[in-house]
Order: sequence, then C-alpha cells, then structure tokens
Amino acid sequence: MDKTIIIDKAVIIVIVFAITMLMAMYATLAERKIAAWIQDRLGPNRAGKGGILQPLADGLKLFAKEEYEPNTPNKFLFKFGPFLAMTLALMTSAVMPWGDTLHLFGRDIILQAADINVGLLYILAVLSVGVYGIMIGAWASNNKYSLMSGMRAASQMISYEIAMGLSLIGLLLMTQTMSMREIALQQSGMNWNVFYQPVGFLIFLICSFAETNRAPFDLAECEQELIGGFHTEYSSMKMGFYLFAEYANLFISSAIISVLYFGAYNYPGMSWAAENWSANAANIIGIFVLFAKICFFIFVYMWVRWTLPRFRYDQLMNLGWKSLIPLALLNLVVTAVVILLTK
Amino acid sequence: MSTNTNTYSLSGRKKMVSNKKLSWSERIYLIAILKGMMITLRHLFKKKVTVSYPEKVRPFSPVYRGRHMLMRDDEGRERCTACGLCALSCPAEAITMKAAERKPNEIHLYREEKYAEIYEINMLRCIFCGLCEEACPKEAIYLTKSKQITRADVDRENFIYGKDKLVMPLEMALQNTKQNQA
Repeated sequence: MDKTIIIDKAVIIVIVFAITMLMAMYATLAERKIAAWIQDRLGPNRAGKGGILQPLADGLKLFAKEEYEPNTPNKFLFKFGPFLAMTLALMTSAVMPWGDTLHLFGRDIILQAADINVGLLYILAVLSVGVYGIMIGAWASNNKYSLMSGMRAASQMISYEIAMGLSLIGLLLMTQTMSMREIALQQSGMNWNVFYQPVGFLIFLICSFAETNRAPFDLAECEQELIGGFHTEYSSMKMGFYLFAEYANLFISSAIISVLYFGAYNYPGMSWAAENWSANAANIIGIFVLFAKICFFIFVYMWVRWTLPRFRYDQLMNLGWKSLIPLALLNLVVTAVVILLTK
Repeated sequence: MSTNTNTYSLSGRKKMVSNKKLSWSERIYLIAILKGMMITLRHLFKKKVTVSYPEKVRPFSPVYRGRHMLMRDDEGRERCTACGLCALSCPAEAITMKAAERKPNEIHLYREEKYAEIYEINMLRCIFCGLCEEACPKEAIYLTKSKQITRADVDRENFIYGKDKLVMPLEMALQNTKQNQA
C-alpha cells in the first residue's frame, strides 16, 4: 500500500476526531444557550465572553468531582459502559464523506476516513450497537432506576431501528449503492434525496431522535421518573463520557441526515464555482456547506427538545410499532413500484 | 336547585370539556408540532427578561424604603427625643429605646433636653413599613433609599442595630448643612 495514503488517512482521522470533539463540546454550550433563549433567558454568559469558555469550565468541574463507584459486582462493566458509549459514538464518523476530492501536493485526497462500499450498513450496525453503552452501564450500576432505564433504552432502540432501517431501504432503492461517497456524489446540484424521499426522511428523522436518546424520546434518562436513568450512579468523568457521547452522537447523526438526505457537501452553484474559481475552492466551500447543514440539524434537534414534551412509554411503543413501521413499509413499497414503473 | 349545573357558570368563564375524536390530520400531530416549534422559534428571538444583576440594577420604586437613619439637625445634633412614638407605632415591635436626660455639657450633641441613650431596631423584625417615619413628631427617623438593607450574617445578635449604625454620620450632616446654606 502507498505510504502517502496512510498519512492522508491519519491526518483526516485526527482532524475528524478533533472536530467531532470540538462540536460535541460546543453542542453542550449551544444546547444550554438555545434552551435559555427559548425560555426567554440569557443562558450561561459568565465564563469567557458570552460564555464561550463554559464547556471548558464544565469539563474541569467534571474532572474535579469525586469518582464514585456504587457497590456493584460488575466493576469492569461499570467502567466499560461509558467507554463503549464514547467509542461507538465516535466510530460512525469513519465513513462520513466530509467533502469531495481535494487536489493537493499533486495527488487526490478523498476527504473520508474510509470509503467502504457498505458504508450505510456500517452506520446502521454501529448505531444499533450504540445502545450497549447505555445497557451495560445501566446493568452494572446495580440500581433499579438505572436498570429500568437500560430496559427502556434497549426496547426503544430495537423498535426504532426497524423503522429506521426500512426507511433507509427506500433510499437505497433509489441510490443503488451503499457507499456514502457515492450517495453524496449522486446528490450533486439540488438533486437532494429529501425531495425524492420526503416520507422516508421524516421517518428517519423521528427515528434519529429516538436513536440519539433525545427529547421527545429521552425516556432512558428522564430526570423526573428515573433520576437520570442510566447515569444515576455515574460521577466525575465517567458521567462526562456519557454526556459527551450523547453530544457526539448528536453531531454524527446530524451529519448522517445531512449526507443521506440533504446533499452532503453539495450546494447549488457548486459546478459554477468549480469552473470559474477552481475545483479545490468549490470543494472547500462544500466542506463548510456540509458543516452549516450539520449545525442546522443540531439546532433542529435542540429546538425540538425544548419544544416537545416527553413521550409516555406506551405512546413511544405505539408510535414505533403501529405508525412508523407500517409507514416505512408503505414508503418502501411505493418507492419500489415507482422505480419499477419508471425504468 | 333546578338549574342545570353543567351550563351554569358563576364566573362566566366556564368551558365545557370537549372529548371529540381527533381527525386523522390532528392525530399525526405534525401540524401541531410545527405550530409549537414556531412558537418556540419566536421566543428564541424575543427580548430576554433576565437582568444581568451585578452589572445592571433594576430601577427602584420611587417609594422604596431602605434602612433607617436617625437624623441630625443643621448643627449636627441628634433630633430624637426618645418620645417612643415610633416604638408604639411599629407593628412589628422592632424598636426599643431608653431615654436619658441631656447634661449641660451635651448641648452640642442633642437638640432637646431628652435624648435616646439606647436606640435599637431589630432588623429581623422590621418590615420596612415606614410607620415610624410617619409617627415621628421630630422628623428624627427616616427610611433611606439605601440599597443594602442589612448585611448578611449568621448571628442574630448582629441584626439588632444600635445607634452606632443608625445615627447619621456627622460628616454627612455637616455636608447637608453646607449644601442647604449654599
């Protein structure tokens, strides 16, 4: 294998890792700010200018907290839970296409850590393993509230995974490929998948809310009933890992929505920019466009969280099994028929 | 009573609960969710109600009543004669005092022949109603605009303010006199 490719990939991985961390960090601040603004408050504004250092202060606080461990026989699993949650949250970014090919130093650099031909499947796989972080932590906490939270998280994930997968199959029928890179390339111009798969997008969006364990589907960590759920017994940086993993997940799933349905790094006028300026300039703008889209979806996640009340457990199950799965199936059949007829 | 209680409303604001079945479009909630999100979006850009306290202080009411002050007259003499009307009028029974007779060599200190040797207000009892100020015939006690009503403390004894804290500082009285003359 070419040595340069390893260097390229290593650099991309490090940058993606850093950006994911940075985004997750500032997502915590954004969440608090947006929550405050929606409630007519100002939000944190004391640490640094306009609260810009708040995430650092929060991190420092978490580091300084006492490391508490409950009396549990599963000491290893207790430590393994947050670790797994964090790892899996970061793993998904591997197949994300962050931009088109860049021509630098006389070679083409693909802005993607790994362009595997089953990228979509990989994402689905990693997302569904993601619940183990919560489940293992909840089980090892040796606490009935945590256990209930873990059970809720597991059943919620299983229910919504199906609808999510089915809605993605509809997309797959259209793209004919599972490679994230090709899916991104297919959406050049305004050929965004959301215009062809609006119902599929809606189902995917709702399921993403459930998959990231966020309101209105944050049953696993509802403070009022379960005292924080799976992270009841966690403290210090283990707790920080769980919270951080949640925001990393938020970033990644916003990225998935942007890439799959909202044209990834494509923007109207991209080909014009490539012709008149240079291909590199057009592609670099594309990276920023992708991040703008991701930021928008992170905002939507927060916006929804501070608008809607939490679902009740039976309502959640009803919505998943009785509405979303039949709807996803219908969407799948209609897509298949339309593709068959137009071919 | 023969009146039908279901339709009769004393306040005129009674509303019948409607349990009508939701239509299909209402049941998928998407429109309702969008409406709700528009409401929160509007609030996002609204003027915030928070006052950044230490930097900004809300304007006080013009009738604000702060900590008491025992006044001095133009020559810097205490006005209080220890008549006890303030203590009598105080609904919270926060004021106590002990009267004493003025000695000949104390004429420059006290205006009248009788003065308050001890004058104490229990700040934990005081409700800052201002009745002492109204009762005083000598215009000796006033509630100032001072923003600090009491200092925080852990000892109850320290909330009983004596003359050392209540009497107007002499420099202040002299300054007032100067201003009045000018």
